Amino acid sequence: MSRPTPLRDVHESLGATLTDFAGWLMPLRYGSESAEHKAVREAAGLFDLSHMGEIFLTGPQAGQALDHALVGHLSALTPGRARYTMIVDERGGVLDDLIVYRLGDEEFMVVANASNYEKVGNELKIRSKAFDVVVEDRSDQYALIAVQGPRSQEILATLTDADLAGLKYYAGLPGVVDGRQALIARTGYTGEDGFELFVANDDAVPLWHALTAAGEPYGLKPAGLSSRDTLRLEAGMPLYGNELHAELTPFDAGLGRVVKFDKPGDFVGRSALEAVKDDTPRRRLVGLVARGRRVPRHGYPVTKDGAVVGVVTSGAPSQTLGKPIAMAYVDTGAETGLAVDIRGSHEPMDVVELPFYRRNK
Amino acid sequence: MSNIPDDLSYTKEHEWVAGLEDGLTVTVGVTAFAAEALGDVVYVQLPEIGSTVERGDSVGEVESTKSVNEIYAPVGGEIVEVNQAVVDDPSLVNSDSYGEGWMFKVRVEGDAEDLLTPEEYTALTKGSES
Repeated sequence: MSRPTPLRDVHESLGATLTDFAGWLMPLRYGSESAEHKAVREAAGLFDLSHMGEIFLTGPQAGQALDHALVGHLSALTPGRARYTMIVDERGGVLDDLIVYRLGDEEFMVVANASNYEKVGNELKIRSKAFDVVVEDRSDQYALIAVQGPRSQEILATLTDADLAGLKYYAGLPGVVDGRQALIARTGYTGEDGFELFVANDDAVPLWHALTAAGEPYGLKPAGLSSRDTLRLEAGMPLYGNELHAELTPFDAGLGRVVKFDKPGDFVGRSALEAVKDDTPRRRLVGLVARGRRVPRHGYPVTKDGAVVGVVTSGAPSQTLGKPIAMAYVDTGAETGLAVDIRGSHEPMDVVELPFYRRNK
Repeated sequence: MSNIPDDLSYTKEHEWVAGLEDGLTVTVGVTAFAAEALGDVVYVQLPEIGSTVERGDSVGEVESTKSVNEIYAPVGGEIVEVNQAVVDDPSLVNSDSYGEGWMFKVRVEGDAEDLLTPEEYTALTKGSES
């Protein structure tokens, strides 16, 4: 039985197709997912992301505890700023990818994926024991609503006096939106400008309605997980469970830059990651663009001259490119002349640098 | 609730079959129920004209953003016509499942068996909604 978010009734009244995602009952799409994708690229989309986890670390050593628990250098973060980072196990395997917001000198919020936040919360508690910090999983208390797309700032500005223009990408500040307390963050997972609003569960429905009304003149549409997935794929953003999992290190995923060896103190996974940081990974994450119209999908083999040289991690028809696209792990050195085995037929692919899509800033 | 016209026959694989009454050539498409479940259709692959198919053969595929479904021949026979318009504009499967979104025509050989009535297909779709 999937858990509903505070917005479940709203989704049902909008005629959403609901689906189980990581144990949550989530909107897959409200109408046409292509129209939702297009709205986010050209105007704005409204997403319910209340399935994400929010774990708070509070105390004088909160920063040091995160430096020890995660691969990033979070104690160096300025209050009001956010970082993309990861938590790994002792072998360096990725347990989750995270966004950490520094809310104050002694307060951080760790946002984890729905499928992982219980594990992340437990690991953070265990790894923080030696530090003067309180770790609290408040995922059940918070809803998360995202407004994503080029018109996001104009829409949100009609509901808040917060200094949105002064809010940088990967920054967050407490503010009042439509009379409700919110953490306003300029983050997202679509490749567009946008905001993520963390609010108390009880504020989710009225805030959703307020945003819907405010966004109407700007072309804002409610958007489901289906469009979220195609948007993040075009933007070359990894999805935990597809491009990231515990059998890969951040270096394997091409994301070694998130590992900060020069921070003070030891951290979980340091010795394992130091041992591999200069190795050439066996496989490399690449972008594939199909020459034909059939779509490479998660788990399909990548082939070269008939031999398997990799695997597709995510694939979908790309509306922006007008062609099917995919991310795939491909053997280092084998990145030309590739095909994907699509249900028995080897469909030719061009290899491209990620991301597939980059917005004009 | 999806539209299920009462003058068509259906299969468990969510195809519709029209023109069965004259027993010569039938038109085949996928139902509005299936199209809704798929989401936006982005690619349709159809059988070749002139090919001979047996009932239950996989003869094509319908691909959407999130998934891909095979199309099965609801009757045996020869493929006599395919709808190039739906290949060129796969969104017709969503916008007009029983009209412009038709897939192919089969000259029926042998008997058409085990097709579902509209009532039986309606019951099937209700079963899979719960």
